Amino acid sequence: MTQANANSTPLVEMRDIQVSFGGIKAVDHVSIDVHPGEVVGLLGHNGAGKSTLIKVLSGAYKRNGGEIYINGEKVEIHNPRDARAHNIETIYQTLALADNLDAASNLFLGREITNKLGFVDDDAMEAETRKIMGTLNPNFEKFSAPVSALSGGQRQSVAIARAVYFDARILIMDEPTAALGPHETQMVADLIKQLKKAGIGIFLISHDIHDVLDLCDRASVMKNGKLVGTVNVDEVTDDDLLSMIILGKKPGD
Amino acid sequence: MRVEVDFTMKETLKKFVAGLELDTRMLGMIGALVILWLSFNFITDGRFITPRNIFNLSVQTASVAVMATGMVFVIVTRHIDLSVGSMLGLLGMIMGALQVHILPQYLGLEHPLIWVITIVIGVGAGILIGAAQGWVIGYLAVPSFIVTLGGLLMYRGAAWWVTTGQTVAPLDSTFRLLGGGAEGTLGADLSWLLGIVASIAAVVMMVMSRRQKKSHGFKLKPIWAEYTLGAIAVALIMGFVAVMNSYPVPKGAVKRIYEARGEDIPQYAVMHGIAIPVVIVFVIAIIMTIIARRTRFGRYIFATGGNPEAAELSGIDTRLLTVKVFALMGALTAIAAVIASARLGSVGNDLGTLDELRVIAAAVIGGTALAGGVGTIYGALLGALIMQSLQSGMAMVGVDAPLQSIVVGFVLVLAVYLDIAYRRRTGH
Repeated sequence: MTQANANSTPLVEMRDIQVSFGGIKAVDHVSIDVHPGEVVGLLGHNGAGKSTLIKVLSGAYKRNGGEIYINGEKVEIHNPRDARAHNIETIYQTLALADNLDAASNLFLGREITNKLGFVDDDAMEAETRKIMGTLNPNFEKFSAPVSALSGGQRQSVAIARAVYFDARILIMDEPTAALGPHETQMVADLIKQLKKAGIGIFLISHDIHDVLDLCDRASVMKNGKLVGTVNVDEVTDDDLLSMIILGKKPGD
Repeated sequence: MRVEVDFTMKETLKKFVAGLELDTRMLGMIGALVILWLSFNFITDGRFITPRNIFNLSVQTASVAVMATGMVFVIVTRHIDLSVGSMLGLLGMIMGALQVHILPQYLGLEHPLIWVITIVIGVGAGILIGAAQGWVIGYLAVPSFIVTLGGLLMYRGAAWWVTTGQTVAPLDSTFRLLGGGAEGTLGADLSWLLGIVASIAAVVMMVMSRRQKKSHGFKLKPIWAEYTLGAIAVALIMGFVAVMNSYPVPKGAVKRIYEARGEDIPQYAVMHGIAIPVVIVFVIAIIMTIIARRTRFGRYIFATGGNPEAAELSGIDTRLLTVKVFALMGALTAIAAVIASARLGSVGNDLGTLDELRVIAAAVIGGTALAGGVGTIYGALLGALIMQSLQSGMAMVGVDAPLQSIVVGFVLVLAVYLDIAYRRRTGH
């Protein structure tokens, strides 16, 4: 994070968020934020609560406490529609694709292009999908096949295209490279840099420390539902991050 | 040399079929239907494939076919509706009581508005009952199997209460036209006209679709494929009309109809033409296909069936969607009740018994996957037609009723097995 950013209003601020399932506190009074053009990594073991925290922002989970601010204004996000209305886009770890539909139908799911009569215009959506895929993943060809027939990388690019196409201001990426080969991972890394330049705020959930060190400005580490701490990535080593993840210790403690 | 020729022939045929971009699964079903028809025709010495029998088949299939289109949506969203048979009974009974016992008190017997009011109230009741079931399933999260199993029992009981079990008859004469029969057809001239209009519409739609694809610069089907498909569509439509128009109305019925109208009895043979319930089926099939393919509602139905979680994350209100799907099923059940009761001319307490199984079987034989996300309207229609052909054919051959049930049950399981095997091989 640059010093100029430190004093400005965050693009998104999640303050004192709590989520519990039954008696288990999955997210326990956690606060994180992201500034425009910044990438904030969310690190932690499986079950540390990072996905749960971020699903509160994307509207998939209800919070039990805490507040969300966008550009300093308090907002209410109760479902994915609310999140989308605030230009919050999410690339889920599961990709959240309807396997029986083709790429265009998935890309525009919930936001279909319709003609004058209100009917879904598949041809227009396919044309748009061809355009965006041309820049994101030029090798993509199977436009009429259901996405179940696509490779892992191609499915991922459909999920990414869906998040990027609709003028996202805030992008949540949950393990975007988990299922990808080296070439495609590089593609995602390039994309993140490009989106960053465009002033989009990005939350990057990952358990790969090197991903985070390479791509992020700051990193917030969670353990057992609690925030261990948030650090500037260029001020820490991978050992520091590891001890935060494993031991729950901030560097210098 | 010979082998090579065969080989190239096969290749050409393959290319031809691929160029048409037809659903091979649908071709398989049509093949099964053709084999079925030819076999029955052979066994019955040519009594099966006659205008008369095809007319009867089309009318007998209508009620189940209407419901099967709705069942496609229900099953695609990973639900089931076991209540449609009983609901048909209840709605039929309500509509019967309305037009026989209640409305004539205010309007007088055979008032021209009776059938309209009856149907509006019947469809309204169907929507209401369906929506109520959908609400319990969607919002209270009770499995559809249980909710509609409860419905199956409740509606059959409720139907009994409407008239304490008495059969309602005779139904309004205009209402009865919707069930087919000698009077309930379009007649030859109107049938030809409808055939021509439908043919033109089919060709126009093909041309428009090709134009739109061209304007986006997509790869187009070869032009010969378009011509072939257009020719097939027109031939099927006009062929069907021609068959319906070569089934003469019996002399006695002609006399009755023309005397009732106060017209001279014609000396030439009067033909049936397309039965009104069959027209209703076609109209509903077209509307349901448009809903499935060209509306957001339809898109959300398939998305929810494919991956409910993804649909939810995309901002689709899947609970409300469930209510709408079951409400639509209720509306279609009401229309099916109109056809079924109008065809019989009376409403008995057993109307629609076991129809839920026929409807589900039709949808499933037609390629609707119980796992959700996959299904077509035309498939369900073909499925309904296959089921009805099997039953009518066996009745015509003289197969005992118990054996008929055994065969139908066996075919259902076989059809689903073949479908699974096909999907596994083609990877769909």
